[in-house]
Amino acid sequence: MDTAYLIETIIKVVVILLIFSALAGIGTYFERKVLAFMQRRLGPMYVGPYGLLQVAADGIKLFTKEDIIPTNVVRPIFKIAPVITAATAFMAAAAIPFFPQFTLFGYTVHPIVADVNIGILYILGVMAIGLYGPLLGGMASANKFSLLSAARTAAVFISYEVVSGLAILAPIMMVGSLSLIDFNNYQAGGIANWIVWSQPVAFVLFWIAAFAETGRTPFHLIANDHEIIDGFGTEYSGMRWGLFFIGEYANMFFISFVIPLIFLGGYGDGSLLGALGLIAKVAFFFFFFLWTRAAWPDVRPDQLMWLCWKVLMPLAVINVVITGLVMMF
Amino acid sequence: MFEAIAFYLFAFLTIVMFFITVTTSQALYALSALAAGMIFISAFFFILGADFLGAVQIIVYTGAVMALYAFGMMFFDSTREVKEKQGNKYIIVGLSTLAAILVVVIFSAPMVSDKIVALYPAIDGVGNTQEVGLVLFTKYLVPFEVAAIMLLVAMVAGIVLAGKKMDLSITLMSDSEIEEQKNKKVLS
Repeated sequence: MDTAYLIETIIKVVVILLIFSALAGIGTYFERKVLAFMQRRLGPMYVGPYGLLQVAADGIKLFTKEDIIPTNVVRPIFKIAPVITAATAFMAAAAIPFFPQFTLFGYTVHPIVADVNIGILYILGVMAIGLYGPLLGGMASANKFSLLSAARTAAVFISYEVVSGLAILAPIMMVGSLSLIDFNNYQAGGIANWIVWSQPVAFVLFWIAAFAETGRTPFHLIANDHEIIDGFGTEYSGMRWGLFFIGEYANMFFISFVIPLIFLGGYGDGSLLGALGLIAKVAFFFFFFLWTRAAWPDVRPDQLMWLCWKVLMPLAVINVVITGLVMMF
Repeated sequence: MFEAIAFYLFAFLTIVMFFITVTTSQALYALSALAAGMIFISAFFFILGADFLGAVQIIVYTGAVMALYAFGMMFFDSTREVKEKQGNKYIIVGLSTLAAILVVVIFSAPMVSDKIVALYPAIDGVGNTQEVGLVLFTKYLVPFEVAAIMLLVAMVAGIVLAGKKMDLSITLMSDSEIEEQKNKKVLS
């Protein structure tokens, strides 16, 4: 392990961390604007041109607010819970190839922190740990609404993971590898080679599971404002509360990278056009998260479990079996 | 050097986490430390180059410990300390020390006598996942299938035990029907 490799890795980690923490902040701005336009409002308008500096204002507010830790909470767990959500979201990014490799001043850069050959398993596993944040925060808070939210987190966790795992199995069988770079190279031939054409069911199932994984609106039951105040976030204040949101938005961005990489050709043949295409796809999937939030009502916890276990899981299993049969004959 | 640093770091963290799990009297500490310890163990797989097993360790144990949390939530007030019944401390300490020494001896004996040989050495140029698959579906096919059947039996048993009112789905009912059910329960 030479020094150049070490320095390169550290630089990559820092760049990803900075870009995506900033994007998480800007993501909240996008969300408020998109929701506002869909509801015929203006959204944030006062801070800066078109309210663009609202992100900075919110950041200053969150950073300088007093960090209140209520009396009856379990202190160490309460303190570490938001860190788990934010940290695991960024840890998952280690195995995502954000761009095709490019040459900078005669030095070839691979924009992936660690090209482990089990990339997709690692990403799904580490993202799943992220749900420990809401769970621990909710259980440590000594608040009934937070506890309800923790129980719902456990319910969400055991429901969606089976669906996302089984849905991803069929494309993995076709590609024969777990590395996202291999996924991308498999589809490098152009639009006709995209896995979505041969695996439409897996694509839709994984997309639905992504909503449950990030806790976005149809499955936003972990922190439903109108039912359980802010769920796990009820007792939090200041930057600890903000960390939950950085984690959530970073997760949304990373899953928006993973879906196109697996099903929609990723960055294609690795040209500049392909890289821009990936950005466009990521933007679409991120926008879709916000769109559903404006357009869909929330489901109840029992409806989520019913949907995952009785509808989506059988569909995923049938999809895997059919894929296996087609590949065998 | 990095491997050594990573190994000692994660060895220390794992031992501390499991120590907390065993010694604390608070359910929430114990469960969180258990989850953390299980996840830190995956680091050893990554250090040894067994990426697939490392990722599986993370996925399996986050799920398993999450189920434990659900039970902990149901049975304890997780923010309070649990009053434990203290038995004879000397017997507990003695037996657990003996068990720990036995485990260490069992696993280190082949290493000390240098009799440890890889029955299925890693093949060059074959991915991690493929290697696990090769061994699992040739040498260890029977244990693998037996484990699958045992899990199936456990699943069926779980459904039978828990499925008293399986024909009744709240999700598929309308609101008025749910109210009806509620009133019936209140009256009876």
